Amino acid sequence: MGSITLQKVSKSFGTTSVIPEIDLEIDDGEFVVFVGPSGCGKSTLLRMIAGLEDLSGGRIVIDGKDMSNEAPAKRGLSMVFQSYALYPHMSVYGNIAFPLKMDGQDKGAIDKKVKDAAHILNLTNYLDRRPGQLSGGQRQRVAIGRAIVRQPKAFLFDEPLSNLDAALRGNMRLEISDLHHQLKTTMIYVTHDQVEAMTMADKIVVLNAGRIEQVGSPLDLYRSPRNVFVAGFIGSPRMNLIEGLEAAKQNAVTLGVRPEHIRISKTEGTWKGTVGVTEHLGSDTFIHVQVDGVGKITVRTDGDFSTEFGQQVYLTPEPARLHRFDANGQAI
Amino acid sequence: MARTITTRRKMTFTILGWAIGFLIFFPILWTFLTSFKTEGTAVATPPQFLFFDWTLENYREVQSRSDYMKHVTNSIVISVGSTLIGLALAIPAAWAMAFSPTKRTKDVLMWMLSTKMMPPVGVLVPLYLIFRDWGLLDTRIGLVGVLTMINLPIIVWMLYTYFKEIPGEILEAARMDGASLMKEIVYVLTPMAVPGIASTMLLNIILAWNEAFWTLNLSASNAAPLTAFIASYSSPEGLFWAKLSAASTMAIAPILIMGWFSQKQLVRGLTFGAVK
Amino acid sequence: MATLQTRATARFMMSPAVILLFLWMIVPLVMTLYFSFLRYNLLMPGTEEFIGFLNYQYFLTDPSFFTALANTLTLVGGTLLITVIGGILLALVLDQPFFGQGIVRLLVIAPFFVMPTVSALVWKNMLMHPVNGLFAWIARSFGLQPIDWFAELPLFSIILIVAWQWLPFATLILLTALQSLDGEQIEAAEMDGAGALSRFFYLVLPHMSRAITVVILIQTIFLLSVFAEILVTTNGGPGIQTTNITYLIYAQALLQFDVGGASAGGIVAVVLANIVAFFLIRLIGKNLER
Repeated sequence: MGSITLQKVSKSFGTTSVIPEIDLEIDDGEFVVFVGPSGCGKSTLLRMIAGLEDLSGGRIVIDGKDMSNEAPAKRGLSMVFQSYALYPHMSVYGNIAFPLKMDGQDKGAIDKKVKDAAHILNLTNYLDRRPGQLSGGQRQRVAIGRAIVRQPKAFLFDEPLSNLDAALRGNMRLEISDLHHQLKTTMIYVTHDQVEAMTMADKIVVLNAGRIEQVGSPLDLYRSPRNVFVAGFIGSPRMNLIEGLEAAKQNAVTLGVRPEHIRISKTEGTWKGTVGVTEHLGSDTFIHVQVDGVGKITVRTDGDFSTEFGQQVYLTPEPARLHRFDANGQAI
Repeated sequence: MARTITTRRKMTFTILGWAIGFLIFFPILWTFLTSFKTEGTAVATPPQFLFFDWTLENYREVQSRSDYMKHVTNSIVISVGSTLIGLALAIPAAWAMAFSPTKRTKDVLMWMLSTKMMPPVGVLVPLYLIFRDWGLLDTRIGLVGVLTMINLPIIVWMLYTYFKEIPGEILEAARMDGASLMKEIVYVLTPMAVPGIASTMLLNIILAWNEAFWTLNLSASNAAPLTAFIASYSSPEGLFWAKLSAASTMAIAPILIMGWFSQKQLVRGLTFGAVK
Repeated sequence: MATLQTRATARFMMSPAVILLFLWMIVPLVMTLYFSFLRYNLLMPGTEEFIGFLNYQYFLTDPSFFTALANTLTLVGGTLLITVIGGILLALVLDQPFFGQGIVRLLVIAPFFVMPTVSALVWKNMLMHPVNGLFAWIARSFGLQPIDWFAELPLFSIILIVAWQWLPFATLILLTALQSLDGEQIEAAEMDGAGALSRFFYLVLPHMSRAITVVILIQTIFLLSVFAEILVTTNGGPGIQTTNITYLIYAQALLQFDVGGASAGGIVAVVLANIVAFFLIRLIGKNLER
C-alpha cells in the first residue's frame, strides 16, 4: 500500500522541457518532501503523480500498477491544495463528505467517517460552518479532513502552509507530522521552505530546474551534500561558499563550511577579519565577518558572545567539517 | 486616507454629496410627486411640492386604459424572454470559452463584442423589410428575437468573466475527490456559477426593458412595450402631465429597484472588462 | 483545465451563439449594402434599379447630411464633456466618506435606469416647458425670462437630457477606477510634499486616464445612436436642428420610405462607428491579455 515509483518521467509544455527525466522510488509509509526553488518543477511533478497533469514521457507506478493514464480519482490518492480549494457553497461537513458521496457510500457510513475525521482534526464544533466563516488554519484542517476521509494510498500536499502566518505554520507543521505518525500513510509534500523539509521528511528530494539534485534523509543532505546547489540550499543560514586561493589551499575549486562549524575568537585563528552586521537571536548570534582575501563569511556563535561593528576577530573553520567541490560543483 | 477625517470635512461632503444627489435625482422625484397630483395641480404655478391633495386617480386612469396591461405584459415578455433565450445560447458558449480556451477564444469574444457596437440604423432597413415580409412587425416574437441578438454579446461576456473567476483548483479538487464530469458540473460548478448567472439575468432584463430603438420602430400597437406606450404621450391631447407621471413611475419603478442592486454588474457588463 | 472536454464539444457548445450572431450581423448588413446601390422606394414598389454609388453621392452631398453630422458630433461631444467632467467630480465626491454615502450613490445612479422615453418626456414637459415647467418657474422667481428650451436651444436641450442619463454610467466607472487607486501611493505623495491639486493632476488623473478613455469610447459608440429622445421631443426639429445621423436615416427609411438612400446612409453610419470601435476593441483586447 502506498508505494509509488516514477520511471523516466518527463514533462514538456510545447517545446519547452520542464522536467527532462526523473526516476524516483517512494516506499510505503514514507514522508517524502520535494523541495527546491520556484520553478524547479516540484509542483508539476506532484500534479503528474496526482493525475492532474499528463505525462510527456515515462511511467508512474502505484503499488505495482501502471497508473500513468488513469484519471485522478482512480489512483487512490488525496491532495491538499495550496489554496485549500474548499467548496465555498458547502458546509465543513459537506466538504469532508463530498469524496465519500462521489464514491456512492451510504449515508450512515459517510456520517461516521466524517465525524471521525472531524474528531482527529478538532473540527467537530465547526461542521455546520461554511469555509468563508473559518480562519486560515481551520480551512487547512478541513482540506486535510477531506483528504483523510478517502483513506488514500498516499497524501499529496502542495505547499499547504504557504498561506499561513509564521506562528500558525509552526503549529501546523507539528500537526501534520503527528498525523503522519498516527495514520502511517505515505505522504508526498511539496515546499520551497527547507526548514519544513528538514523537520518533517523521512526523505528529501532536492529539485532544481526539473532535475533531481540529491535524494536522501535530512541529515544525509546536511552532512554530505553532493553538490554546491544542495550544499547552499539545505541549512539555515546558508553555507559559506568560498572560491579562489583559500579553496585551492584545500585542493578544491569551491570550499564550503557552515556558519555553525566556524570558531570565532578575538585573539587568534586561521582567518582575520572585520565584524560587520551582527544578528542577535537570543539563543544564537550570527555574525557577518569580512575576511581579508576570502570575502563575507557568516559565523554562528552562542548568544553570549559580544562584538562591535568594525571589531577585529579571528575565524577558524573546523577541518573535519569542510566540504570540497570541484569545477563542476560536485563534491569531492 | 490615513489622516484623521475631521467631522467638519465629513459634514462638508455630506452636505455637498446630498445636494448633488438630490439635484440629480430630482427629475425622478418630481415625476413621482406629480403622479399623485390632479392635472390642474400638475401644471399649476407656482409648482406644488408636497402640500397638495394627493390622489390616486392618475394611477387608476392609466391602468384602466384598455391597452395598459397589454403594454406591461409586452415589456415583461420581451425582457424576460430575450434574457432566457440569451442565457440558453450564452451559457454553453461562455462555458466552452472559459474552460476550454484556445488561441482563438479571445478573438471570438472580441468579435462578439464588436457586433454590439454596430449602429442599429445600419441594419434598420433590411430588418424592417424582413419583419414586414415575414409578418413579424408588431409581434412579440420579433422583438424578443431582436433584443436577444443585440444583448447576446453582453450576456456571453459577463458569463465568461464570472466563469473565469471560479478557481480552477476547486474543480481539480472535485476531480481528485472522484467526481465525474457530470458530477463536477452539477455539484460544484453550477452552484458556484449561479450568482454570476443571476447577476447577468438582472442586468439583461434592465437593458431589454429600457431598449428604445427597435421597440419603437418594430412595434405598433400589439407588441408595443412600455417604452412605446410612454412615447405615445409625446403627442397628446389636453392636460396629461399627471397621467404621464403615473405611467412613467409605474414603468420605471421596478427597473430602478433592480438597477440599484446591479451597480457592480453594470460596470462589469458594459465596460467589457476594460476597467477593473 | 484543458482536460475538461474535447475541442469538438467546446466548438459545439459555442456554435449556436456564434452562428446566430454571425447571421445577425452579416445578413442584414449585406442587405443594406445591396439596397444602397438600388433606387428603391417603398412607395413605388417594383421600380427598383441599380444606380451604383448615386445614393451615396446624394446622401453625402445633401446639406442635411452635413447638418446631421455636425449635430451628431455636437451631441456626442457635448454629452461627453458634461459626463466626463461631471463624472470625475462626482466620483471624487462619492469617494469621500460622509454620512449616507450609500444612499447618495443610489440617487446618483438612478437616471441611467430610467427608460429614454420617460426621461425625455419628463424633461421636456415638466421641467423645460416654457410656461408651466419647473425651470420656467425658477427663472421667473429670479426675475429672468424663462427659456423656451426646445425652440431656442433644441440641440442643447437634447444634450442635457442625454447627459443626465449617462452621467451615472460615467460616474460609476470613474468611481470604480478611483477606488482602485492605492491609498499608500497618495500617502507617499503627501510625504513628498504634494498638495491636493498636485496629487490630483499627477497621481489621480493619470491613474484614471484609462477609465476615462474607456468611458469616452463606450459612450461615443452608444451616443452616435441616440434616437428615442429626439423622436419623442422634437422629431428632429425645429427643421433639422436636432437631427443626428441616426434620425436622418430613420426619417429617410420610415418616413420618406427611401430604402436606397437610407441604406447608403446606414452604411455611412456603420463606417463611422467602426472607426470608434476599432480603438475600443484594441483597448479591451489589451486588457484581456492581462
